[in-house]
Amino acid sequence: MAKKKFVVGCFDEEAVLFPAVKKVRTAGYKIHDVYTPFAVHGLDHALGLRETSLHTAGFIYGITGTSTALGSISWILVKDWPLNFGGKPNFSLPAWIPITFELTVLFAAVGMVLTFCYLCQLAPFVKKHHFHPRATDDLFVMVIECTEKTNVDDLQAFLSSAGAIETDVQVAEEGWWLGTYDKEETTFENSNPVVA
Amino acid sequence: MASIRDQFEIPGKMKTWSLALIGIGGAALLYGMFTKGFSADEHEQTHFWGTLMYNTIFWTLICNASMFFICITTLAMGGWQQSFRRIPEAISTMVPIFGAITFAVLMYVVLGHKHHIYHWLDTEAVAKDPILKGKAGFLNPTFFVIWTTLTIGLWSVLGWRMRQISREADASTFDNESGARYILRGTIRAALFTVWFALTVGSTVPWLWMMSIDAHWYSTMYSWYTFASSFVSGMSLIALWVIYLKNKGYLELTTQEHLHDIGKFMFAFSVFWTYLWFSQYMLIWYANMPEETVYFKHRVQGPYKGIFFLNLIINFICPLLILMKRSAKRNYTLVTFMAVLIIFGHWIDFYQMVMGSLSKEHVTLGWLDFGILAFFVGCMIFFVSRSLAAKPLIPKYHPFLKESIIHQV
Repeated sequence: MAKKKFVVGCFDEEAVLFPAVKKVRTAGYKIHDVYTPFAVHGLDHALGLRETSLHTAGFIYGITGTSTALGSISWILVKDWPLNFGGKPNFSLPAWIPITFELTVLFAAVGMVLTFCYLCQLAPFVKKHHFHPRATDDLFVMVIECTEKTNVDDLQAFLSSAGAIETDVQVAEEGWWLGTYDKEETTFENSNPVVA
Repeated sequence: MASIRDQFEIPGKMKTWSLALIGIGGAALLYGMFTKGFSADEHEQTHFWGTLMYNTIFWTLICNASMFFICITTLAMGGWQQSFRRIPEAISTMVPIFGAITFAVLMYVVLGHKHHIYHWLDTEAVAKDPILKGKAGFLNPTFFVIWTTLTIGLWSVLGWRMRQISREADASTFDNESGARYILRGTIRAALFTVWFALTVGSTVPWLWMMSIDAHWYSTMYSWYTFASSFVSGMSLIALWVIYLKNKGYLELTTQEHLHDIGKFMFAFSVFWTYLWFSQYMLIWYANMPEETVYFKHRVQGPYKGIFFLNLIINFICPLLILMKRSAKRNYTLVTFMAVLIIFGHWIDFYQMVMGSLSKEHVTLGWLDFGILAFFVGCMIFFVSRSLAAKPLIPKYHPFLKESIIHQV
């Protein structure tokens, strides 16, 4: 995984964050992500993120569950091991619906959780760089990816003028890695985090 | 607020169309009444009064579902419905009107001793029948009349009180204290309506009005099934009016976000209806006891087979697949199409619930059904548009209005 340089701006109010996101985007900077302590309504829209495909995945998992249930029950009870339950026909669909429903839900739920973890790069032992610890508490942290043309000082000044209460520059791992937080310590050495 | 168009004016075309529907439907109704309703033939009588019964019960229940929607969202401290709450309120003004028709029809059937519709009215048959004797405490004309009067009367009164409190939000602003008191008063009135709703639609009234046609048969699911049916069509009716007013340029504060939530209700309660449909069906299918399967015999294997399964396709498969996507619930055309389809589907559902028991040998669906349907649709459009025009479309000083304006899904 490659290390990249990021400019980080911290905001303490939603009402300031939204216009700031708009300003930064119109100025042409590339927002890596905005980390917030809670789900902010409409922020994905403001950031111009595309709609998630998680629900499409969920539909496919659900259909898989439905066909698994119907396929296996009908194969078992009609072909492989027909049994007589209270004189009902071997192919007795109504009796299978509850199981089919449960398997549909199970497949959809488990599949979507795993897909969600994959999309967010969350897994046991996987580490990711934290841009600011207070993003889990009370700060909205906007992270902008720098290119070789970006003037870091200008950008920091621009963020401050847009209402950021603190800004800093960090060189950090963009993706995830396995192991300890060793890598993160070196990234902090390279940068000058402003202690709030 | 000055720029908001909050006063609905009834377009001339709408008035013409609704009066035309009332005219056509009324003609069919009267013609049917004199040729069938008052004819000497018991079958013709049963056909006419049964058809009128399921239509009037259906429309009363789906208009009452609007008031239930207002009350549950109020009880849940909901804010999102404020920008369009005057629409379900206007629809709920139909409850006294359709309620009166329902009352008149049911009284004619019960007091006129139409035991071909309600078998338990036949005192001689009841005396010889241990099952009906056991049910006589519930299924008797006195209880029927009292309970029906109470039901329709209290729906109308409690609903009217709920609409009155909504009117207060037009008059003047609230400060913190008076606003809190206002919300509390609304909550109490909503709770009263909801309790009465649970005692009627949620349990006794569908048993009394419709299930007692099959006097020997019973299903504890029946009332919830009826409730689910009426609530999902009630939500569809609200969606249709919201979309109509949006298209006419009213309801500026109501957006796709609100429509999305109404669409979610339509989707979720279609699935809920199916859950009850299936629970009722599967338990009876599994136990396979003759006194229970008698209800499904002519529906699943007899002449009603087509309607019975069409019902499931329209009311379950279509909403499930079409309304599942987020973009579908935010699309005005698709929601309109689905709302019409769902209302039609549940009307057919009510048809087979009532007529499936009254006319077991052959399906009666024909000009009379569609004529009476036209009459009720015409009445609904005519009176709802009048109540919409009677007051502002937005409760502009309601403490929760802002929540509705910034509502986002």
